[in-house]
Amino acid sequence: MANEQTVLQFPLFSSSSSSSLSAKVHPLVVFNICDCYVRRPDQAERVIGTLLGSILPDGTVDIRNSYAVPHSESSDQVALDIDYHHNMLISHQKVNPKEVIVGWYSTGLGVTGGSALIHEFYSREVPNPVHLTVDTGFRNGEGTIKAYVSVNLSLGDRQLAAQFQEIPLDLRMVEAEQVGFDILKPTAVDKIPTDLEGMEASLERLLALIDDVYKYVDNVVEGHIAPDNSIGRFISDTLASVPKIPPAAFDKLVNDSLQDHLLLLYLSSITRTQLSLAEKLNTAAQIL
Amino acid sequence: MANMPRSFLQVAATEEVASPLRVVQIEGLAILKIIKHCKEFSPALVTGQLLGLDVGSVLEVTNCFPFPIREEDEEIEAEGANYQLEMMRCLREVNVDNNTVGWYQSTLFGSYQTVELIETFMNYQENIKRCVCIIYDPSRSNQGVLALKALKLSDAFMELHRKKNFTGETLREKNLSWVDIFEEIPIKVSNSALISAFMTELEADTPVTRCDYDRLQLSTSPFLERNMEFLIECMEDLSMEQQKFQFYYRSLSRQQAQQQAWLQKRRAENAARKASGEDLLPEEDPSNPIFKPLPEPSRLESFLITNQISNYCNQVNGVAGQSFSRLYLMKALHEE
Repeated sequence: MANEQTVLQFPLFSSSSSSSLSAKVHPLVVFNICDCYVRRPDQAERVIGTLLGSILPDGTVDIRNSYAVPHSESSDQVALDIDYHHNMLISHQKVNPKEVIVGWYSTGLGVTGGSALIHEFYSREVPNPVHLTVDTGFRNGEGTIKAYVSVNLSLGDRQLAAQFQEIPLDLRMVEAEQVGFDILKPTAVDKIPTDLEGMEASLERLLALIDDVYKYVDNVVEGHIAPDNSIGRFISDTLASVPKIPPAAFDKLVNDSLQDHLLLLYLSSITRTQLSLAEKLNTAAQIL
Repeated sequence: MANMPRSFLQVAATEEVASPLRVVQIEGLAILKIIKHCKEFSPALVTGQLLGLDVGSVLEVTNCFPFPIREEDEEIEAEGANYQLEMMRCLREVNVDNNTVGWYQSTLFGSYQTVELIETFMNYQENIKRCVCIIYDPSRSNQGVLALKALKLSDAFMELHRKKNFTGETLREKNLSWVDIFEEIPIKVSNSALISAFMTELEADTPVTRCDYDRLQLSTSPFLERNMEFLIECMEDLSMEQQKFQFYYRSLSRQQAQQQAWLQKRRAENAARKASGEDLLPEEDPSNPIFKPLPEPSRLESFLITNQISNYCNQVNGVAGQSFSRLYLMKALHEE
């Protein structure tokens, strides 16, 4: 909507601090939005909702949670269930008071006309809200997730328009969620992998990586691939990070830990035997 | 959503007979919500409600919401109930399944087998025929394990609990041992096709980006240490329980001896009376304190402790097993 007014944009752009803003989205938010979209009412084209989170010390907006807000939309007006929004906010804050409103989301690609109105509403709730769009229709052939902040365009004291400006978005997962990653991607998983199965998968991946590195180094040595110094440096850093311990000391270290663990195994097995023995004795004692 | 037709078929097939619960099917969304809630408040223990559908032998958990941390105050408790209703109402408005199927709770080092858990379970069971408890252990996620468990109480145990009868005799009659208190139900995970598509889009399948090398961390000793500490505490509790039983049996046998002595005395007296032609005295005297039956201590507590101990043993075994692989891996890497 601001395309015709690009001329006005420049003075503001340089003075605005929002150009350094970025956002971090947790996968839970994406999951939640997708779920809401799947469960949207029949006639609705898109779902919108509130984003909760916090602003990190470095200015990054950390989006950690979300909830959908019912709304209805026609060509020129948007009706938002504000009571619902407030009720839900109060409920969420009871659980986690640290999470505050940071913006709002909508499904669909890019910003539409109605978005400006909703954005204005959220601007009253929180200064400088973030607008997250998730393209659930895969219109570009890919699921585009984008974040925007709005910049006001004014001429003197007069508000002319609001321009949505895209900000960088970080979609990485945190550690605990990574662990569960294997089961989050496919549409159906029959069971949660056990400890050892997970271990096996990790080892396989590590092996694949080592193989890749081997192949790369061999290819470079034989001259099939042009050497890349930065990759070489990474590899040598990795190799150097293996601590240098004399073999005797290393063997002692490994054997000691092995024995510690064996001792623990022994202890826990003996406890278990004790338990079943106690149970047998108990029942036997009762019969007598 | 992809499995809707199958689910309906299952409903049709199982409508006549109420089949036992076989599988808990959780949406990835619910798992993420549970992980987030439990992890954010760890080490405090938190709970929340599971929402979903009961479809034949499958219990589908499609969503959940957290409870605020409970405080010891009646006013706040009432507020908590309000919160629950409000949340359910709000979620219904955005078409989330509005049917409680159980609750989730976090735990530390797998120490969840408590009397409170059983009581909560009985409370839920009164209102919902089929419910589960999902247990998540945030302390184990540092080890690269997704410690998610679905539990329910076994039917036999619930029946016993309703009668509040945990004497050795009834337990033997029902053939119930400590292994039979909890039933673990296998967990299935499902995601909607849309989510699957997004995940594929966001996270490529190459090994470089899939950093789950938390699993390969060598330092397991803090975890094992804590585990052993808990184990020792449990052993102490168990021996306390055992002492209670020993005391009970000792006083029981003492009482029986007293009863015998009293009976013999009475019989001798009766024989004397018979000889002199007097009326016989009754052979029982309920007013005498030695005939008062001694209450048998409940076995519930010791059963739970036993369960807990075996749980710790399993954990120690599991972690030690993993550590072996890690150590050998380290050895191999070092030799290379």
